[in-house]
Amino acid sequence: MSNLLTKVARQLGAGGAALVLVACFLPWATYSGFPGKMRAVTPGGARLYVMILALFGVLFLLSAPGRARALRGTSACTLTIAVLTAVFISYAGGGAGGLGIGAILAVVGGLAYLAAAWSLPADDRPAPIRVLPDRSWRTTVETLLVVAAAAAALIAFVIGLGIPTATIASGEDHLLLGAISFNDLTNESQFLSFLIFLGGASLALSRLGLVASLGALTKKHAKVMVAASLMAAVVFPFTQGGDGYSLRIAASIGVFAAAAIGLNIVVGLAGLLDLGYIAFFGVGAYFAALVSGSINSVVPVHLPFALTIVLAALVSGLFGVLLGAPTLRLRGDYLAIVTLGFGEIFRITVNNLDGSAGPSLTNGPNGISNIPDLTLPGGFSFGDNHVLFGINLPFQANYYWLEVVLVAVVMTAFLRLAESRIGRAWVAIREDEVAAAATGINTTRLKLLAFGLGAVLAGAAGSVNAHVVKIAAPDSFTFLESALLLAAVILGGMGTVHGALLGATVLYLLPEKLRFMQDLRLLVFGLVLVLIMRLRPEGLLPSKRRAREFHEPGGGGDALSAPPGRASA
Amino acid sequence: MTLLVARAVTKRFGGLVAVKDVDLTVGEGEVVGLIGPNGAGKTTFFNCLTGLEAPTSGAVSYRGNPLPTRTDLVTRAGVARTFQNIRLFPNMTALENVLVGRHCRTKAGVLAAVGRGPRYHREERESEQRARELLAFVGLRGAGDELAKSLPYGDQRRLEIARALATDPGLLLLDEPTAGMNPNETAATADLVRRVKDLGVSVLLIEHDMRFVFSLCERIAVLVQGEKLVEGTPEQVQGDERVIAAYLGQPAEGESA
Repeated sequence: MSNLLTKVARQLGAGGAALVLVACFLPWATYSGFPGKMRAVTPGGARLYVMILALFGVLFLLSAPGRARALRGTSACTLTIAVLTAVFISYAGGGAGGLGIGAILAVVGGLAYLAAAWSLPADDRPAPIRVLPDRSWRTTVETLLVVAAAAAALIAFVIGLGIPTATIASGEDHLLLGAISFNDLTNESQFLSFLIFLGGASLALSRLGLVASLGALTKKHAKVMVAASLMAAVVFPFTQGGDGYSLRIAASIGVFAAAAIGLNIVVGLAGLLDLGYIAFFGVGAYFAALVSGSINSVVPVHLPFALTIVLAALVSGLFGVLLGAPTLRLRGDYLAIVTLGFGEIFRITVNNLDGSAGPSLTNGPNGISNIPDLTLPGGFSFGDNHVLFGINLPFQANYYWLEVVLVAVVMTAFLRLAESRIGRAWVAIREDEVAAAATGINTTRLKLLAFGLGAVLAGAAGSVNAHVVKIAAPDSFTFLESALLLAAVILGGMGTVHGALLGATVLYLLPEKLRFMQDLRLLVFGLVLVLIMRLRPEGLLPSKRRAREFHEPGGGGDALSAPPGRASA
Repeated sequence: MTLLVARAVTKRFGGLVAVKDVDLTVGEGEVVGLIGPNGAGKTTFFNCLTGLEAPTSGAVSYRGNPLPTRTDLVTRAGVARTFQNIRLFPNMTALENVLVGRHCRTKAGVLAAVGRGPRYHREERESEQRARELLAFVGLRGAGDELAKSLPYGDQRRLEIARALATDPGLLLLDEPTAGMNPNETAATADLVRRVKDLGVSVLLIEHDMRFVFSLCERIAVLVQGEKLVEGTPEQVQGDERVIAAYLGQPAEGESA
């Protein structure tokens, strides 16, 4: 394309983006009975997201050349949010007549923005940007940036989870995030547009090289990053205004993430495809339920929880070794089939151990319910609400914090293992088992170790989960759960903890938040997964190795295994 | 002193006898060559020595002890090898590839790796230092952060040797170390093998490049159709009519020069 045409396209696109900007300050809805604030002039919620994405377009289309790849992402997301919101408004307002001038202008401007971005020639993958000069204040600024990133993640998480319904009903703006997240429509459209905004923004940041820069920063200031993230995680319950709904979801995400990180050892590091992983989680859950002192448990003991979690992990690890010892001679597909079978055997067995078809142990399909709340030796009960620093903390916060501890422990174990001689040996086995053996690695033992450790972590996560959900029942341990855990690992990026954490969050939150779509829910869920894997086959937050696998010459990667990359002997 | 003793090693695949009653010894500090036409059973013999395949009959001992039949134990015992088709860990960096070689000489277990005490840190530091020395030794200084798969071909062969050396072997088995190399790279490899020998590591190598073999090896064994035809100094082997016949075929009647 000639220079002149490119210039025209840039001007046109900038005009379109500017139009969107203006539209954000106009009312989007005329419908008077509309629940949200779409009739107001001040932008918020979806309009704020659109505004930020459009602002990005105006700035970059008018300033330096290039950046087409980033602009494509932002423009597509701008238009999608605008159209989606317009559809929601007209749906709620009884037709297109409910649309205000702002919505129409936003769609028109968004189209121009999109057309311009896509007609620009694609630019190269950028190198990480190094913005900061080498000065005395550099470390301070870098530290602050890392802390800000953790805070941004917390804010994104709070908005993503949604504002407590109680707050919405009372008509108050949210105490922390009023401007950004006040509810302009229903919870659903709010969540969807936020999700699209998040996707567009991170795509743009990554294509500008800023994600890589941030990655380098967090690596350089790893301790600050860990402290800031932990702080953000600990602070989260205080943002909820006494409401337990989001805390409950966050605790479940924590369980899911801990299990996903454990699976990441097996799949991501050692390259063993385990399709029955949820069974180990189930072993831990059932063990914890049996010794919890529940009235539905046939075991008349009540162990302290600290002991329970250790024993549950060990019992689960024992199952892992028992299953692994004979099956780890199998490779690839065969191992997948055997583990798939084990998962089903576990579910069917606990479904039947109700005293009629076998010994009475698991209470059959009803499961072991009424698991009592955890108590600490000092008399502290996890079932009580608390007030701390004048802020109401629902009892769910206690379980949430327990999850934070669990995830932190699992993450530490994973990270340290991955960076040790054992982690290197696992990756070597994944890459080329024969060469690994010829280099002096006892492959059988190390594979068994990966399998067993994965089971140990799953068992620990399962025992905590039994107390969070207060029941252990067979239908929580279906193949679908194993598949979702695996999807979390692959989607997030194999071989990293933050990847598994993000993958678990997305995979847990998405179906939860898409409930309003009813029958369409799983369709949209699947579509989103396909889109993510198409746009980022290495996962959302891949390890450095995995990213290079996909983007360096010498053999492409596939979702699960290392590329062969060698001639076989 | 003899390091490796192979006695009457035989390997059958069904009806096919790939290796038949082969005796071979490698002495301390020796460089021994194993040559022969394609399909003579050289690689199979190597596999029998290194535990990748169990010999049908015969015995292999190293420093007086029978060699185990599991390849990781063979490596641990002190016999390391490279492969005819390079088998690196393609998506690990060069440094990581060599570090994997240190695996069998280090001890840190799961608890040490998670706990990270001073002993763990010392061991890791020593491993990394050794790995960097070996990279420099084979001529890959500065390539440590490259992915193995993105190294040039000759460097990949060198990296494989560095990885094998990282296991502190007493005997290094090289399967066609110069395959696919140009004359310059071949000369560099010959130099590398000499320096490996100077480290006190014995070398047994399979090779088709005769100039390379004859200039490097003190003793050469010729394998033809699974059997050892000749063994001797380069001069003896070079002059042996049976060897020439095995490579070039029997001259037809009346055509002999």
